Amino acid sequence: MYLVVEQLLNGLQFGLLLFLLAAGLTLVFGIMDFVNLAHGSLYMMGAYFAATFVAWTGSFVLGALLALGATLLLGIVLEYVALRHLYGRDHLDQVLATFGLILFFNDAVRLIWGPAGLALPLPAWLTVPVQIIPGVYYPAYRLMIILVALAVAAMLYLVVMRTRVGMLIRAGASNREMIGALGINIKLLFTLVFGLGAALAGLAGLMQAPILTVQIGMGENILILAFVIIVIGGIGSIRGAFMAAVFVGIIDTMGRAFLPDLLRKVLSGAAASTAAPALSSMLIYLLMAIILVLRPEGLFPAAKR
Amino acid sequence: MKKAFWLAGAMALALAQPATAADSVKIGFVSTFSGPTAVIGNDMRNSFELALDHLGRKIDGKPVEVIYEDDQQKPDVGKQKTEKLVQSDKVDFIVGYIWSNVLLASLKTAVDSKTFLISANAGPSQLAGDLCSPYVFSTSWQNDQTPAAMGLYMNQKGVKSVFLIGPNYAAGKDMLAGVKSTFKGEVVGEEYTVWPSQLDFSAELTKARNSKAESIFVFYPGAAGVQFLNQYAQAGIKAQIPLYTAFTVDELSLPLQKDNAIGIPGAQEWVNDLPNAENKKFVEDYRKKYPGLRPTYYGAQAYDAAQLINSAVVAVKGDLTKKDAMKAEMEKANFKSLRGPFKYGNNHIPIQNFYLQDVVKDADGQLSLKTVATIVKDDQDKFHDKCSMK
Repeated sequence: MYLVVEQLLNGLQFGLLLFLLAAGLTLVFGIMDFVNLAHGSLYMMGAYFAATFVAWTGSFVLGALLALGATLLLGIVLEYVALRHLYGRDHLDQVLATFGLILFFNDAVRLIWGPAGLALPLPAWLTVPVQIIPGVYYPAYRLMIILVALAVAAMLYLVVMRTRVGMLIRAGASNREMIGALGINIKLLFTLVFGLGAALAGLAGLMQAPILTVQIGMGENILILAFVIIVIGGIGSIRGAFMAAVFVGIIDTMGRAFLPDLLRKVLSGAAASTAAPALSSMLIYLLMAIILVLRPEGLFPAAKR
Repeated sequence: MKKAFWLAGAMALALAQPATAADSVKIGFVSTFSGPTAVIGNDMRNSFELALDHLGRKIDGKPVEVIYEDDQQKPDVGKQKTEKLVQSDKVDFIVGYIWSNVLLASLKTAVDSKTFLISANAGPSQLAGDLCSPYVFSTSWQNDQTPAAMGLYMNQKGVKSVFLIGPNYAAGKDMLAGVKSTFKGEVVGEEYTVWPSQLDFSAELTKARNSKAESIFVFYPGAAGVQFLNQYAQAGIKAQIPLYTAFTVDELSLPLQKDNAIGIPGAQEWVNDLPNAENKKFVEDYRKKYPGLRPTYYGAQAYDAAQLINSAVVAVKGDLTKKDAMKAEMEKANFKSLRGPFKYGNNHIPIQNFYLQDVVKDADGQLSLKTVATIVKDDQDKFHDKCSMK
């Protein structure tokens, strides 16, 4: 029983982290109709900035905040310098250009920080396990990820649903040309949204960094999952991204946790051990395929026209 | 008439090609030079280059040409690169291979073309058994050997039960089988993770803790080892269940693992402080040539591969067509290995010692690895009976 609770938490934590990455992606894709493959690079930059600033300031929280600001700035500069020239173009051009950016960022990181990767050590107060209910211990840091991500999700919800900027963002997601025609400075809005997306990706990267390592190309595998999530959740929908991310996180973790034992009941030990990891990593893609068949718009599509 | 002239010229060129090729020793080197595990490939290349420096950049008086190819840690890419080296570069030797799955995919190409292949790391069980070949040598080990040594050490420590975690590919399966072959206690659980994409081990660690096993054994080479130790420490399991490893803590991962690696034992056939003179020179010169870096077992094995090639070419006085004589020479392992002397088994896998290594602070205050004990002497892999070469 405790095992299930703990694995659910693991899944939730993973899902919420994916949400941070997917939220930025879905905003940029949904509102600007812009395919940004370099989103994973911003995730990586967030982690590298954090590792640098934490070492520099000696404080984890301060370093993380500085890194967040730096990724926001980087996102805005990136949008201003390179990406805004691509909005009118075909998706294929965007894919090509942002794929180029991935290469650019990977090599820039190699030049600046070297090929070996960095470590981002946690402060002592975050490395102790916390007793959440009697008998269940959970790593304090993973618990913190859950809390921070939930807070960010709540804040995003408030900003998008309750503020004027949020209203413009939603309007942009529904009909881009129309809000431009109504005299809204769409260029500024796009820059802001892109900066916000970059900061969210950076936050995901810097929070993931102490669990994994800070290394070149760290954003590439996880970006695929982020794309799966925005497809499942509905492109442009923050709520969809949230629900889908939590689904995907929990399905992935539960699959890894319980599928091997289930398979061992039907298959021989060796065959089950080999098949289980492969099968559990397929689960989320299976989910995506099913959703695409049943609801091609995604679970919670952003309202269109 | 004119046509015939050109034809003759072309033929002369074509004929001249092998003659010039034989004036140098051509070596193809397949390893990982991009992505998160590029540091391993770099270390192998650094050590191989250092070995060539020590040989005076010449083998039996001939210049050496090395072509480095990046396998991107992918079996299909490794196979393509091996094909390129064999078919278009026509190399005399192929060296390298970190990953067992990459080596298995590339093996047939090299063997079919009768090009000598020297694995400087990967040691899949198939290579030692059914797929053994007169043209394939290893300067490393068979995958099962190192974890099997760890299993013996765990018996010495009186460990009663273990939970095994490893990546789901050829080497991961060999490694866990290796521990199981010698460990006398109970194996309470066995988990495989998606390789190389899965970097979060929370589900597996939770299961390990709930299994109430007395110990955990893992095999996670490269950056995955850093991630595993991070998560093992953060989950507070380090204080509850001791960890035993193979190929998880090395000089490349230590600077990132830091204190998480203290107290985590590993087994290895080479440790930087092995006392033989060649090894001392290797470690010293490596640090001099590549400031800030430290050699690993990957590098030491690549260095030995260069020495093995040298011994073969010298024995046939540079006549690279005498493959049988070269093979016979290589089987003698007639060079000064950095790990100390070893013999080859019938399947061309070393019969060698395995040591227990521990993480300590060295004279510079930096974390480094130290030999603590010899776990097993002259160990031979358990697949050699299945090899058709006698």
